Amino acid sequence: MPSASAAFASADAGNILMLDKSSEQALIEMHGVCRSFPKGRGEDLLVLEKVDLTIRAGEIVGLLGRSGSGKSTLLRIIAGLVAPSSGDAKCRGETIISPPNGIAMVFQSFALFPWLTVLQNVELGLEALGVESGERRKRALAAIDLIGLDGFESAFPKELSGGMRQRVGFARALVVHPDLLLMDEPFSALDVLTAETLRTDLVDLWVEGRLPIKSVLMVTHNIEEAVLMCDRILVFSSNPGRVAAEIKVDMPHPRNRLDPAFRQLVDSIYARMTKRPEPKVMPLDGIPGTGVGMVLRHVSSNVLSGLIETLAAPPYDGHADLPVLASQLQFEADEIFHLGESLQLLRFAQLSEGDLTLTEAGRRFANLETDARKKLFAQHLIDHVPVMGLVRRVLDERPSHTAPAARFRNELEDYMSEEDADETLKTIVSWGRYAELFAYDEHSETFSLENPG
Amino acid sequence: MTLQDIRTAPLGQVLRPNVWDVVAIILVIGAMVLIVYGGEQTTEPLSELQASPVSLDPANLPLYALRTTMRMLLAIVCSTIFTFVYAAVAAKSRRAEIVLIPLLDILQSVPILGFLTFTVVFFMNLFPGRVLGAELACVFAIFTSQAWNMTFSMYQSIRNVPKDLEEASQSFHLSPWQRFWRLDVPFAMPGLIWNAMMSMSGGWFFVVASEAITVGNTTVTLPGIGSYVALAIENRNLAAIGFALLTMFLVIIAYDQLLFRPIVAWADKFRFEQTASGNVPESWMLDLFRRTRALRALSYPFSAINRAFSNLHVQLPAALRWQADRGAPSRVFDAIWFVVIGASTGYAAWRAYLYLSTNLSPSDVATAFVSGLVTLARVAVLIALATLLWVPIGVWIGLRPKLAERIQPLAQFLAAFPANLAFPVFVVFIVHFHLNANIWLSPLMILGTQWYILFNVIAGASAFPSDLREAASSFHLRGWRWWIKVVLPGIFPYYVTGAITASGGSWNASIVAEVASWGDTHLTAKGLGSYIASATEAGDYPRVVLGIAIMCVLVTLFNRLVWRPLYAFGERRLRLG
Repeated sequence: MPSASAAFASADAGNILMLDKSSEQALIEMHGVCRSFPKGRGEDLLVLEKVDLTIRAGEIVGLLGRSGSGKSTLLRIIAGLVAPSSGDAKCRGETIISPPNGIAMVFQSFALFPWLTVLQNVELGLEALGVESGERRKRALAAIDLIGLDGFESAFPKELSGGMRQRVGFARALVVHPDLLLMDEPFSALDVLTAETLRTDLVDLWVEGRLPIKSVLMVTHNIEEAVLMCDRILVFSSNPGRVAAEIKVDMPHPRNRLDPAFRQLVDSIYARMTKRPEPKVMPLDGIPGTGVGMVLRHVSSNVLSGLIETLAAPPYDGHADLPVLASQLQFEADEIFHLGESLQLLRFAQLSEGDLTLTEAGRRFANLETDARKKLFAQHLIDHVPVMGLVRRVLDERPSHTAPAARFRNELEDYMSEEDADETLKTIVSWGRYAELFAYDEHSETFSLENPG
Repeated sequence: MTLQDIRTAPLGQVLRPNVWDVVAIILVIGAMVLIVYGGEQTTEPLSELQASPVSLDPANLPLYALRTTMRMLLAIVCSTIFTFVYAAVAAKSRRAEIVLIPLLDILQSVPILGFLTFTVVFFMNLFPGRVLGAELACVFAIFTSQAWNMTFSMYQSIRNVPKDLEEASQSFHLSPWQRFWRLDVPFAMPGLIWNAMMSMSGGWFFVVASEAITVGNTTVTLPGIGSYVALAIENRNLAAIGFALLTMFLVIIAYDQLLFRPIVAWADKFRFEQTASGNVPESWMLDLFRRTRALRALSYPFSAINRAFSNLHVQLPAALRWQADRGAPSRVFDAIWFVVIGASTGYAAWRAYLYLSTNLSPSDVATAFVSGLVTLARVAVLIALATLLWVPIGVWIGLRPKLAERIQPLAQFLAAFPANLAFPVFVVFIVHFHLNANIWLSPLMILGTQWYILFNVIAGASAFPSDLREAASSFHLRGWRWWIKVVLPGIFPYYVTGAITASGGSWNASIVAEVASWGDTHLTAKGLGSYIASATEAGDYPRVVLGIAIMCVLVTLFNRLVWRPLYAFGERRLRLG
């Protein structure tokens, strides 16, 4: 341990000197950054729209948003892995065209090389920089020590638990002494306890000034995690991703999750993220709002019924606070949003200001038998999910009462990316099967009215 | 005491040799001596072959076996180098990929033995009057039997490198060269080694077949097990054939134990799995080397060289360089590229047409095509028969783990064993009983390849989940219903894999299986294989080209129309877990 702190102490001294000089110049500066990906017919899907972002030395910045809000794309633009479609992304005043020096990344999936030992994995980044082998070994061991991996140097990643693997990921990133550490949902592949240990370890090292880095940028969809770790949180809205709000967190480290100020901040972010009857339907070619173009996130009908039952029963009695519900049901914030939105779409519940309230239909659903539930579900699908109505209508109208999935996929792809169209189609099939609105043959990819009930 | 100087290595204590070092070093030195000795023989002038012709004295067999093995080794080294270059280019350059991958697909279905005709002439002209030319022709034949599936496997691995590792290596500034050696190659390693093993199994067949070649007036007999058997056939010496079979048996076992098993056990660390698996491949040979101290130390410089090599600052040509998704690729270059491909394809087609049309008439094409259909029918019937025989047996064995453990290596061994060595035994039988060659020569085609069906079915049945079996028996599923609903769907993907290999191998074998001789007695079965074989013997190149072309077309069509759809169906619907 002493050797580790010594190795980094010198690095820190250097950093502090540098800090004075570079405090004027931001580490990262982004202006009007847009990024679109090509989808189907030569059109582009916009995932990031006019993002401005500045990162200075000495702060932990969080990018908080739902999946599909483009926050990971933004991180990859900074990492030099993806180029912006337009706008200006600069690292220390230089436009980012390839992975810039002084930036290291920690991955959600750890991204360790399974055929290299812990030590070799950590040394890899230094080898690429051409660091001479004695120095390389010294720095790698120091980083391994710092991050609490002593004794595991010669282990292979597959012999380690998830938490230990992510520690290797951190050591590998820290050993190159980056100015900016990028973290892409680094704790979301870990179990709750392990993630918490790793978070607090990291925050402790940061507060004690023992990390050989100047700033951290982390992507997360976990609101509490963002509030726990970050000095500044950028909340992203989805479709396309935009910075919806910037929140400063002034609480001193270590922060207490049970602190009323902490809770209040979490609640207010929850509210901010649910407050948005955002138009998901994109009008196209003068047929605004047919609603066919709505992206349907796949949520199992079983989970939906379960959630309705839970909401209807005490202690909620039809009304729940999302953070409370999320923690009781062990859902991530992101997942509970999806569920809430699906219920809202089906008019079984109402989502607002971080609360989820059952509607009259929702209460009725909770008390019905299986067959009656299916009927009610089917009715709501037809009435409130335009694309379900479309599928049923097409099947009714065709003499053969069958239709290939491609018929609907093409139409969906006019409005959304291929992946979204896939997911929407999957949702259509799964909900339609449950509601017994139609049958689907996976082999021939056709919808039909055969044996629908 | 001779090992003393090894001890002076800088790490002291750790490097003191132990008893395992003695064993291991003898093995290493022995291997080196054998390689040098075998190598010396190849630079002899060709006349040496006539001066000391292959003899049937069993005492010569170890030497012949060594020569044969050397050819195999050389071929696998060539195949590996080819694989690294070809697969890397195909995987990294989109434009090269358009041409290289379909090319590979066709090359896979080309009958290798038919090729021999041209390659022998080519290499003999390259080194006139030297044994080396004939040796290279033989090595090339083995190479063509090994390289394609290895290349395919590597190409697919490189294309499927996990995205996060790719991003990590970019983010940590690995150069493309470093990335190739640190990420692409290790990731491709397990698949590559498995395919190399399969290639080796197939290779024995071709090394044996290509050692004694007659093209027109030229007859080349390279010292080796294959030519030993050829001579034994000529002399009607059944005992010699027995010796040859025994030698081959020992060689293949040694090859497996001393080379491949250690490599497989070593390569286990490259398996891309985040969890440790319980079933780790083992090798006594590798354990031996891992137990040695000094020899392990000898490997340190190698790993240092390896490291230095992969860290070299090599600028790859622009075509190979990894490109971030920055803007669409140039359409102008694409257009030029397509024109170049189109022009060269057109030119090649024109030349081929000119060559064939001056020498052949449409009736020749018809004859060859009809022969092709006969061979096709043979392959189809034989695969069906082998399926009926081996699927039930394979399932029976595979569902009994103890038995499967013992039978599985045997089946793999039989698949590797060059069946052509055993042909004479069958021919003697046919000659003796005056059987119809058109029917009774056919089983030879599948003699060596049927084992692929067996061992794949055993593997499938062994992997069949026991909970499904228990469920089936608790629902009282029995008889044909059990076969149709439970077991056959479960092993289907495995079966198809085996059957594809078996069918490809049978096409190849037809060239040596449809003609057979025992002394002066010559047997011929009508078919494309005998068509090509007799054209080769007569030195009739246009007909050889025609025969090979038709075989290529038939094999490719058969694969595309029958096996591919079956394989896709199995992968999509019937893959368990």
